[in-house]
Amino acid sequence: MKLTLKIWRQKNFKTKGLIVNYEIDNISPDMSFLEMLDVLNADLISKDEDPVSFDHDCREGICGSCSLFINGQAHGPDRRITTCQLHMRKFKDGDTIFIEPFRAKAFPVIKDLVVDRTAFDRIQQSGGYISVNTSGNTQDANSIPINKDDADDAFDAATCIGCGACVATCKNSSAMLFVGAKVSQYSLLPQGQTEASRRVINMVNQMDLEGFGNCSNTGACEVECPKGISLDNIARMNRELMKASIKK
Amino acid sequence: MKNFIVTSIGKKVAMAISAIFLMIFLLQHFLINITSVFSEDIFNMLSHFMGTNFLVQFILQPILIFGVIFHFVMGFYLETQNRRATKYEYYKERGGANSTWMSRNMIWSGLVVLSFLVLHFIDFWIPEINYKYVEFLPEDPNRYYEELVHKFENMWRVVFYCISFILLSLHLLHGFSSALKSMGTNKSYASSIKNLSYIYSIGIPLGFCFIAIFHHLTH
Repeated sequence: MKLTLKIWRQKNFKTKGLIVNYEIDNISPDMSFLEMLDVLNADLISKDEDPVSFDHDCREGICGSCSLFINGQAHGPDRRITTCQLHMRKFKDGDTIFIEPFRAKAFPVIKDLVVDRTAFDRIQQSGGYISVNTSGNTQDANSIPINKDDADDAFDAATCIGCGACVATCKNSSAMLFVGAKVSQYSLLPQGQTEASRRVINMVNQMDLEGFGNCSNTGACEVECPKGISLDNIARMNRELMKASIKK
Repeated sequence: MKNFIVTSIGKKVAMAISAIFLMIFLLQHFLINITSVFSEDIFNMLSHFMGTNFLVQFILQPILIFGVIFHFVMGFYLETQNRRATKYEYYKERGGANSTWMSRNMIWSGLVVLSFLVLHFIDFWIPEINYKYVEFLPEDPNRYYEELVHKFENMWRVVFYCISFILLSLHLLHGFSSALKSMGTNKSYASSIKNLSYIYSIGIPLGFCFIAIFHHLTH
């Protein structure tokens, strides 16, 4: 396959970026999208040019590192996948592909296609955990009966890999799907009850502090989420916050 | 609860409450107006009641005006906040691939509805307030139907009303279910809310268009 790549290049968060064109040839349809970028970078390095910086780690859709806004969609033109799971067979010979970083005020560009998503870490640190007694007297979690529907919903919420596609695709750069999932995965289970009020209040406050936008329920986040996290998690977070605020 | 209001979710819930209140008002407004198609007397009787009842005039009407202003001001405020949060535009973006046009353009459909409301206030509300509370003209329980019919004699007003109601319908097609989601409705109601949303969002604006066109053609 021969392709034209229009890639966002930016030295650092202080400088202005721009779209740079690259022609690339001999791309196999069986390559993953990131492998195609590896080929481009090998070519750039051989010409003594600066390679394109992009995030990646596990390359099997688990870690949430790879980001990229490809042809106008987070993680490219396919459903329920991360960029590392996108294959070049989704494109045609001669195609032009736009590759941009995830864009949000809370995700500043570090270099080229790499953005700083540590805002998610700070939200998680503000309440996305449970405190467990580790003295050795902790009750075995499997001995606590849990409603099957709740267990399934909690598991679905916990599959969120924190990739940030929800923020990138939201027209308001809202992080509510991410925070909703993190709140839900604990609030649905008995282990998460003790800290439920404090958790939701702290996580929502941190989300607001980071400068994410407001949710207007467009549902774009749900569609683009590689793990299919449902909007129901946002509704649950809203309920949890209302409940916690009344209790307080 | 004090802190809740200043959170992003608190503002969203406040927006949803004002939206639900306005939707209830719109339904009530429609139910009264549709009687004008069937019976001049019933329409006059209901309008006279609404126009002279103390509770409606001095309690509900100020709440309604506050609700309208709040909904628009909050809408603009949240839109400004959201634009600040996005900061950069994508070079290429396919919004249509994952969301509806209505959901992405609430501010624009809302602006058309706002401009309609300005005309609607000039057409009906200001003359009504002037009649009752400025000029203190003698009360006539049979004047309402004639006033309504007179307004719809102008074809361009009917056209503008209908265009506005189409935009209102698009606004409601997203706004109805969005408001209920913001209130934290459980997923088990999702299907019923979706069906109710279609019935309300298409039925009510279509009904208002029908009333305007009906009076334009029959008078």
